[in-house]
Amino acid sequence: MSEYLVQFNNISKFFGKVIALKDVTMKLKKGEIMCLLGDNGAGKSTLIKTLAGVHKPDEGEIIFEDKKIIFDSPRDALDIGIGTVYQDLALVSLMSVTRNFFMGREPQKGLPLLKTFDIEKADKIAAERMGQIGIDVRDPSQAVGTMSGGERQCLAISRAIYFGAKVLVLDEPTSALGVHQASMVLKYIVKAASQGLAVILITHNVHHAYPVGNSFTVLNRGKSMGTFQKKDISREKLLSMMAGGGELDKLEVELKEMDRIANH
Amino acid sequence: MFIKSQTIKSKKETGKDERLKKISPLRVLLNRPELGALGGAILVFIFFGIVAGDTGMFSAYGTLNFLDVSANLGIIAIAAAMLMIGGEFDLSIGSMIGFAGICIAIPAIYWGWPLWMAIIFAFAMAVLIGYFNGIMVVKSGLPSFIVTLAMLFILRGATLAITRLITGRTQVPGLRVLIEDDPIAWIFATDTFQWLFTWLGSMKLIELRTDGTPLATGIPPSVIWFIALTLFATWILMKTRYGNWIFAAGGDKVGATNVGVPVGRVKISLFIGTAVASTIFACIQVLDAGSADTMRGTLKELEAIAAAVVGGCLLTGGYGSAIGAALGAIIFGTVSMGIFYTDVDTDWFKVFLGAMMLIAVVFNNYIRKKVTETK
Repeated sequence: MSEYLVQFNNISKFFGKVIALKDVTMKLKKGEIMCLLGDNGAGKSTLIKTLAGVHKPDEGEIIFEDKKIIFDSPRDALDIGIGTVYQDLALVSLMSVTRNFFMGREPQKGLPLLKTFDIEKADKIAAERMGQIGIDVRDPSQAVGTMSGGERQCLAISRAIYFGAKVLVLDEPTSALGVHQASMVLKYIVKAASQGLAVILITHNVHHAYPVGNSFTVLNRGKSMGTFQKKDISREKLLSMMAGGGELDKLEVELKEMDRIANH
Repeated sequence: MFIKSQTIKSKKETGKDERLKKISPLRVLLNRPELGALGGAILVFIFFGIVAGDTGMFSAYGTLNFLDVSANLGIIAIAAAMLMIGGEFDLSIGSMIGFAGICIAIPAIYWGWPLWMAIIFAFAMAVLIGYFNGIMVVKSGLPSFIVTLAMLFILRGATLAITRLITGRTQVPGLRVLIEDDPIAWIFATDTFQWLFTWLGSMKLIELRTDGTPLATGIPPSVIWFIALTLFATWILMKTRYGNWIFAAGGDKVGATNVGVPVGRVKISLFIGTAVASTIFACIQVLDAGSADTMRGTLKELEAIAAAVVGGCLLTGGYGSAIGAALGAIIFGTVSMGIFYTDVDTDWFKVFLGAMMLIAVVFNNYIRKKVTETK
């Protein structure tokens, strides 16, 4: 048994002539949080969709628990335990917490043909699960629309874990949130990892990624710039790598130049 | 396993019970989609109770009269409401009623089919047409408004053309004699609880004809169908997995698909539902009148949608209830009949219908904001 729960080896994905991903390698242990950093257009979305089984990689292999895996559909990825929480969260704001939590996978009871949605059980599980995150749902039948952005994010993550995710892929979980809400979500992510999940946290926000990540993979123009352990790299270094190196330095020089002209 | 993390909310944990009390019963009620329709129905009954209380509107005969009208509308309104919750419209309901009518009448009268076979044939056609509507909307991604508007014209035109081609007329009479002894037709044509009305008549508790038989002979089939469909639809929406899928499909198609809800299948089945409900409506009316008319059901699709909206369904989908739609139908049915018992000219009914719908939409919009507002 290798020390890694899941390995993505030399993943490449092409769309016609466009090289969306080239030789991206990521390895995750149980309990590890890997942050996948990249600017817009770096290939983050393509990579997520490849991890989630939406796209098939053109090259490379995915090894999960020492077995080579080929996904034919997102369902396959879910079934082996790769749970993806997309940016839109797949929550319906007019529906209740419980109805969202079990959407598509409702527990049932009763006789065949007369099977009913076991709402009592679902309410209980949803309230319990939300309680574990520290969100105390006053009424599991309240609409998700009444929850804050951070709470919704936590609900979506909690749902993925409940339905058997061993690897959590989180797409920009903090991008739409304020500082307070973001820290609540990040805390929950750390807690999930401490219970033995491997987490791939996709973000372009180094300030959110750095405090929680164990390792960092930087994507730039479809290529991996390498994976770094936290002790080996600083926040500033990550930031400059993400921007393709020097971009921000150049900006600084340009701003100074503009300043100089304005003051002239 | 139950670990409360020391997060931001921890300070509130001790106050959990107090927080529970804060949801007032009013707030719980406000979160129900049918609240507006319930209030509206109560107001309508109070109004007619005052202005028409002594006119016979609320006698056994009068009550069954407005219930019959309400129930007929309710049968299609409930199906329309379920489809609206699922995020789509069906504008072909009215035309489907006309089409289903001749699907029963022409085979039964002109081709010599037994009535039960003609009825089954009509339902089979309804399933096909509903399926076609659904598959067109799901596969093409076009708004159901356009697809079913096309079907509105196609079906009405086909109904008229086929009927005139085969019969040379636009009406097909002569069905009444076929109802007796038919193994299926009675489901749509029998007044129930006749013994009760006979008994009430014999006790002189309800109005009698001059020959001593009661004026109201039994509960019309439409009312039984209406009650059964309301219960069935409510059970589906509130208590089954499929019901959850209907809300999910209408609330957020993409999100629902991502978590594995078969959105396409759910929508297609709901389109079949509206077509089948139209056919139930047609069976009841055609067998009651004894004839099929090519224009039967004209504009019924809009009344059904109006009743669903008054009942709390959002035009954008994902929210609503079958009970609400049923109450919406009762409001319209009661007013349309009740207006005859008042001094008000019946021409004003449509004005009322429109105003009622406008108020309902504004009210629903406000409720939706309340339900989904972020605290």
